[in-house]
Amino acid sequence: MNARSAAAIVSLVVLCAAGACTNFYEIPIETPIQPKLDVSAFQRILVVGFITGGTEDVDANLETVRLLRSQLRSKSNLRVIEAEVLPLAELAAGQGKSSAGDIPPVPPLPSEGQQASAPQPPPEPQSDAPRIRTEKDLEKYQSIFADVAFWKKIGEEYQNPLIVTGTVLFTPQQTQGFVVRNQEGWDNLGRRTTMPQRVWLERKGFVLSPKFIFIDGRTGATIHSETFREEVLYEARQNTPALSSYFELMDRLVPSFLGSLSMQKIRGIRTLLR
Amino acid sequence: MKLRVLPLIVALAVFSPPAYAGDARADAKSQVEFGIRVAQNGLWKEATYRWEKAVEIDPTYAAAWNNLAIGYEQEGRFEDAQKAYEKALELDPKNLYIRQNFDLFKEINERTKRRSNR
Repeated sequence: MNARSAAAIVSLVVLCAAGACTNFYEIPIETPIQPKLDVSAFQRILVVGFITGGTEDVDANLETVRLLRSQLRSKSNLRVIEAEVLPLAELAAGQGKSSAGDIPPVPPLPSEGQQASAPQPPPEPQSDAPRIRTEKDLEKYQSIFADVAFWKKIGEEYQNPLIVTGTVLFTPQQTQGFVVRNQEGWDNLGRRTTMPQRVWLERKGFVLSPKFIFIDGRTGATIHSETFREEVLYEARQNTPALSSYFELMDRLVPSFLGSLSMQKIRGIRTLLR
Repeated sequence: MKLRVLPLIVALAVFSPPAYAGDARADAKSQVEFGIRVAQNGLWKEATYRWEKAVEIDPTYAAAWNNLAIGYEQEGRFEDAQKAYEKALELDPKNLYIRQNFDLFKEINERTKRRSNR
């Protein structure tokens, strides 16, 4: 084989390799996920408030309303109504005592200018707020969601929006038991090793169980509801504030919540072939 | 000499694809390549149309079925995407790129189904 034929073979190999390399192309795609609800009949959305329970370290009603409103503002086409957050648990408790017709006054609709103003201060904690600790406690207040007259009145006040309400239970949890962990060490030859080891661990964290209820503001009827459950556990010595746990757990749920109302896009990479 | 060459001619006639098949693959390939170029520029509808043409011209072209599945995915046509991926894998079961694309698609598809069953 002379130098010329060797060069020809090498260039052929290089050409083939280059050809093989361009046989596939990575491409970003956005897969659209259709919303579960047809909200085309609504231009506005009102996240009105939630019946909340569990830990008192977080005002789950206020935080949930704020979070959902801000997410909806940036990730849905519906106009988000800024209104006072309703203390729904108190209203539900009051409803048990009075007749269905005695609906408490709905806070007035703010003007366009007011809507851009700073967020409202949290409402003063009220001593007569019901104590809700468990799912069972929540059940007592569920009847408010079926009160068509109540929701219809709220709908009328706010020009028939889609109303978002529901329940949020944010409870602390504590567990202890054996957990398998990898223990790092060094063997006789000085190499780093990892050995699985069972260790007794005390952990604490939170469980977040929200139920989102979507109500047609024109009729007061429930059109959709969705229940979630997320939990997080940390080592007992790790001092994680309740509010950051709440946001950590809500972050996991928010995409599903938004997916009920608007088309979501899942980004990914695929390989196109020649 | 003639006798020695005869089996070779017969074997070529039997095992080589017909001339029109080669043309079909070449035509389909040009559609696939055009589809890739336009998809890279974000023109997914045109790309999907080209890949549909490609599989119509040459239904045995696994890469075209793979690309078509991706085009359907981008359009949110999950059932069509599933069928196209299955066809691509049926034609080229050992192709890791197709398998990986299909696995990623299945993950999204199952998540969507779980969501709608909730």
